[in-house]
Amino acid sequence: MAQVALGLVNGAFYAMLSLGLAVIFGMLNVINFTHGAQFMMGAFAAWLLLTQLDVPFWASLILSPLIIGLFGVLIERLMLKRIYHLDHLYGFLLTFGLALIIEGLFQWKWGSGGAPYPAPIRGGTDLGFMVMPTYRLFVVVAALVICLATWYAIERTKFGAYLRAATENPTLVRAFGINVPRLITLTYGLGVGLAALAGVLAAPVQQVSALMGTNLVLVVFAVVVIGGMGSIMGSIVTGFGLGLIEGLTKVVYAPASNTVIFVVMAIVLLVKPAGLFGQTR
Amino acid sequence: MPDALLRVEGLQAWYGESHILHGVSFEIGRGELVTLLGRNGAGKTTTLKCVMGIVGERSGSIRFDDGETVGKPSDAIARLGLAYCPEERGIFASLDVEENLLLPPQVKTGGMSLQEIYQLFPNLQERRRSQGTKLSGGEQQMLAIGRILRTGANLLLLDEPTEGLAPVIVQRIGEVIRQLKARGFTILLVEQNFHFAATVADRHYVMEDGRVVDMIAAAEVQQSLGKLQAYLGV
Repeated sequence: MAQVALGLVNGAFYAMLSLGLAVIFGMLNVINFTHGAQFMMGAFAAWLLLTQLDVPFWASLILSPLIIGLFGVLIERLMLKRIYHLDHLYGFLLTFGLALIIEGLFQWKWGSGGAPYPAPIRGGTDLGFMVMPTYRLFVVVAALVICLATWYAIERTKFGAYLRAATENPTLVRAFGINVPRLITLTYGLGVGLAALAGVLAAPVQQVSALMGTNLVLVVFAVVVIGGMGSIMGSIVTGFGLGLIEGLTKVVYAPASNTVIFVVMAIVLLVKPAGLFGQTR
Repeated sequence: MPDALLRVEGLQAWYGESHILHGVSFEIGRGELVTLLGRNGAGKTTTLKCVMGIVGERSGSIRFDDGETVGKPSDAIARLGLAYCPEERGIFASLDVEENLLLPPQVKTGGMSLQEIYQLFPNLQERRRSQGTKLSGGEQQMLAIGRILRTGANLLLLDEPTEGLAPVIVQRIGEVIRQLKARGFTILLVEQNFHFAATVADRHYVMEDGRVVDMIAAAEVQQSLGKLQAYLGV
């Protein structure tokens, strides 16, 4: 039971990260391989804000996604927008290359060893079947709220209607008088901000280190593939679901917990190549 | 024409290597309903797309309300007061009917209200929560037209609104187009269906091989039937 609860914490990060990837992919048609690095930057921003400027966690929760989101906006304006008309491969090369450069720079400046980030909420909460660190409980709830808010913004608001329509037919949406290039920039900024927000939430759970995103993002790509490329609800459900499966596997046979997600991925791709919630296009 | 709302002169357009329009010229007065007639591939749709700024490479002059629009991106052109209803209708599958209707932002004042649009197309109100692409072809066409009436645009570009529709729906769309003209909309209509076009338009421009080759006023249509048949191959 304890492993299940901890699985949910991992699932919370999977869900938030794959959600950002889904939003970005839907709009830009680019698979953002920089996502893990941007998650790490979010955590680092919070850590630097705390250690250099004494900015508390709760302020970083807003500040860090803003800063890293703006950094995303710059990347989109300066680089990504030049490659939309090219093959997917170029998007991969650019975002993957950026991730390597960013992670390399952070490693060079701060080393690969992690720095601890003190948990902003101390103590544990008795859930009846286990005592869970209250902060981790907070992470699960916060991630759920963030995911559902993002889903609501995309499926139920005017801004979301623009996003959905521009995902389908950007030329026509633009011919209606909507500045689609700006919408794309904003979407990328939001997706990156979401990754950074996950990074801030992760800082007290994991160590803050240059490579903290690399391992996580591998699993997240599997989550995205399982859930269905570009599907919003698919990302959320699969993210939490796979966290749970991972947790359960730890109970049954711990060494398999790292591979189980990829086994699930292989099975899903065999049965439903577009992913659980994906539509074949 | 002294008071032209849209004046196109020497318009050329390319899709990659292929040269589609070779100097198209025509104009539309305020409140007029003008059609572009011609066979498949004559360049009618490309002309509409050029006016809307969707075709990448274009040269020549397109003046709307006396301002040059060649060189502007399509969102800037739309905000001048032009609205476009594409041939393939462009209904968004991920939006329901009402979201489709409300999608184009208001660019000017004086557009129709949602209520007025529902009065014009009662079917759309009944199905306002349906997925846009679940509608019948006729309903989708009404949605595609209804969608651009809210924005306050005064020039409507309609690309083959009757294509593939049953005769009674075509008739209904004809009525709607006449009502829109009566409300003061200026309309540029691309049509293959000359018999339909003849019932609604003030003037017809005939296109052939990327050029406008003739202009026929509504009053001259009867005398010009032979000529038109030769142009259109009907």
